[in-house]
Amino acid sequence: MSLKEGFEPDILGFLCNWCSYASADLAGVSRMQYPPNVKVIRVMCSARVDPTIVVEAFIQGLDGVMVLGCHLGTCHYMTGNYYTERRMKTTKSVLKKVGLSSERLLVDWVSAAEGERFATLVRKFTEKVRKLGPLGKETDLKPEQLKTRLTAAKEALAQERIRWLVGRERELVEEKNVFGEKVSQEEFDQLMLQTVEKELAKRRLLLSLGEDALSVKEIAKRVKASPREVLRNMVSLEHDGLVSVVGIEGNSPKYRRAGG
Amino acid sequence: MNEVRVGVFVCHCGTNIGGFLDVPGLAKYALSLPHVVFAKDNQYTCSEAGLTEIKNAVAENKLNRVVVASCTPRTHEPLFRSTCKEAGLNPYLFQFVNIRDQCSWVHMHETGRATEKAKALIRMGVARAVLLEPLEETEVDVNPCALVIGGGIAGMTCALSLASRGFEVKLIEKENRLGGILSSLYKLYPTHENASNLVQAKAKKIEKNPKIEVLTSSEVKELKGFVGNYDVTVKHGEKERLFKAGVIVVATGAEEFKPVGMYGYDGETVITQMELERIFKEGKLNADTVVMIQCVGSRNEKRAYCSKVCCPTALKNAMLIKEANPDSQVFVLYRDMVTQGTIYEDYYGKARETGITFIKYSPERQPVLENKSVRVYDELLGEELSLPYDLVVLSTPMIARNDARDLAQKLKVPVDENGFFLEAHVKLRPVDFATDGIYMCGCAHWPANGSESISQAYGAASRASIPMSVGHVKTEPLIPVVNEDECSGCSLCEMTCPFNAIRVEETEKGRKAKVIAASCKGCGACGAGCPQMAITMRHFTDEQLLAQVVALAEVAP
Repeated sequence: MSLKEGFEPDILGFLCNWCSYASADLAGVSRMQYPPNVKVIRVMCSARVDPTIVVEAFIQGLDGVMVLGCHLGTCHYMTGNYYTERRMKTTKSVLKKVGLSSERLLVDWVSAAEGERFATLVRKFTEKVRKLGPLGKETDLKPEQLKTRLTAAKEALAQERIRWLVGRERELVEEKNVFGEKVSQEEFDQLMLQTVEKELAKRRLLLSLGEDALSVKEIAKRVKASPREVLRNMVSLEHDGLVSVVGIEGNSPKYRRAGG
Repeated sequence: MNEVRVGVFVCHCGTNIGGFLDVPGLAKYALSLPHVVFAKDNQYTCSEAGLTEIKNAVAENKLNRVVVASCTPRTHEPLFRSTCKEAGLNPYLFQFVNIRDQCSWVHMHETGRATEKAKALIRMGVARAVLLEPLEETEVDVNPCALVIGGGIAGMTCALSLASRGFEVKLIEKENRLGGILSSLYKLYPTHENASNLVQAKAKKIEKNPKIEVLTSSEVKELKGFVGNYDVTVKHGEKERLFKAGVIVVATGAEEFKPVGMYGYDGETVITQMELERIFKEGKLNADTVVMIQCVGSRNEKRAYCSKVCCPTALKNAMLIKEANPDSQVFVLYRDMVTQGTIYEDYYGKARETGITFIKYSPERQPVLENKSVRVYDELLGEELSLPYDLVVLSTPMIARNDARDLAQKLKVPVDENGFFLEAHVKLRPVDFATDGIYMCGCAHWPANGSESISQAYGAASRASIPMSVGHVKTEPLIPVVNEDECSGCSLCEMTCPFNAIRVEETEKGRKAKVIAASCKGCGACGAGCPQMAITMRHFTDEQLLAQVVALAEVAP
């Protein structure tokens, strides 16, 4: 695999035991040939794939991740892949916010009888990621910057607010809440996007703060954001118990990570 | 044995792997990985010789993790797990690496890259193996008592069948007597026997059976527990009864759709088939010209399904009218005559011979009632007919009972878009719910005739007997574990789980999620969505998955 032959992406595949993993086995039994870039982790259900694990794969430098489950409505665990669908949708939007192409994450459905479909998905996805190039090529970020952003993304996806919203999406959009109101998909997506943006911004602030005690102005300089926005997010972080005020510098409060 | 000692066995599978990958090279590579103290390639790891080698290597090298790189866990994991068990190792300390179905067979023309991929897969497998933990299956006793909800033909048959196997049965009926829909019917197609004879015979058998306790005028108020150990609260008038059951059968039936506002339905000269049955029973039929209209309120936008019992019912009732008065005129206006099976097509033929007139109409040109006659466009004749009538009988579909959703919620089982109870798998598990220990039969599931309800009842009784005969259910060790200190009691996991296997309960530490091992299927959906990340999925822990991810990203040495 010399560099001269061109870029060969490293891709991770999460396959569910009952459908997609079986389809991969069937592709083998049928001797269908596809490129060896994808390496598979078997899970019982695609719903086991936590969004934070997907982001961790990118932090580790992998170029693409595919999550394949049973076709919607045929999940071995009844509803598992519906959760996968919604969780991965949010993961994609987080990756986009980081600056990566959301196409680096493939979410699709394959039945146990669809060996050819599996082989085709792998061929096409490998080709797609090959074209996208090494992870981060689509951004103007340095590798370290990208890693920091991805770390912020992972922490944001580990956050209660986002996980709660993702978990309630179906209920909120399809059923009425206790006040008899129904949220439209557009309203929900908007809310989700705002939450993702806010959590990401907060996590980035937290990471940039490191172990230092910094004023809002200093933090704003570090992350190249307006002091106003930084202040708003620092107040929210303080509310979450993640930072605390340790002093005032001029008219700018100084923050430090809490509990550290 | 604190030190992790991994043994790796790489299989040639004859030439299936050996012919395309550098298998000895893979074994050598495996030996270079952390914690690997033994690695070897075999011709056939699954052969007696291969398995013996595993067992010997475990003993000689004090291995406490076994990794086999060969075909696929979907076929061979049970074999290697039991080999580990024979070697004195917990079977969950075994890790499979698929280098045949997902490697050698699919990269047959690129040995170099395929071998590199196999190395990565082995590296990932070893990384996970190091973190595997021993797991134990446990058993939960099953209470040998069944709760059958609904005392119609399906529920009664099921109760008798269960009792004949020696199990206690509690049979709950909402009405004040057993019998269900059949009590309102006159004769049954295709044999034309009396419905009440059948019902009374069953009811009598139930009365005499000491194993069956019947509670009429009763409803399920609350249900707690899981397969083998349900706590049932039944409302019986003003009183409440509490009892335990191991399994539950839903046999609550369906009801006839009342076509209010359609075809001038008035219950007197325009009636339903069920109302006609009552007139038959009372011997009060007084009509020389009868027009029956099929598919009233079904196979339309609002209710798309075919109720399938209405066509044979119309045939039967039309024949009964002709039988009682051969000079009477009977018209059946139909869209498609649904009479499947060897018996019913004959039955249809027989009906035609009696002189009943069949007229095909199309849903675009529905029949119209005006001036004491039915105006219908005959699709086959291509002309409009006007049929004077004494009586119009509307064939309406069976619909789900309006309290079906309520019961479904209490049992936490699903219903379909029409409100009928939904089985675990339409083909493979037709009388099971996805939740272990709950089954269904009869019209609660779908419009069914007497014989279908009876066969489903036998099926459900047979399925429900399995856990009671075995006496215990095995609980899956691949279950989530809740970290109570982290759990906020938010109930998201409870909402996520389709098997009711995780529930938030009041504890000393406040509201906390509890896993019901006997109900859990081990998918892991709850953990991957937990807002507090307080749930660890055994055997597929975050650490184990992350170790695989990290191992993949490592550059091969």
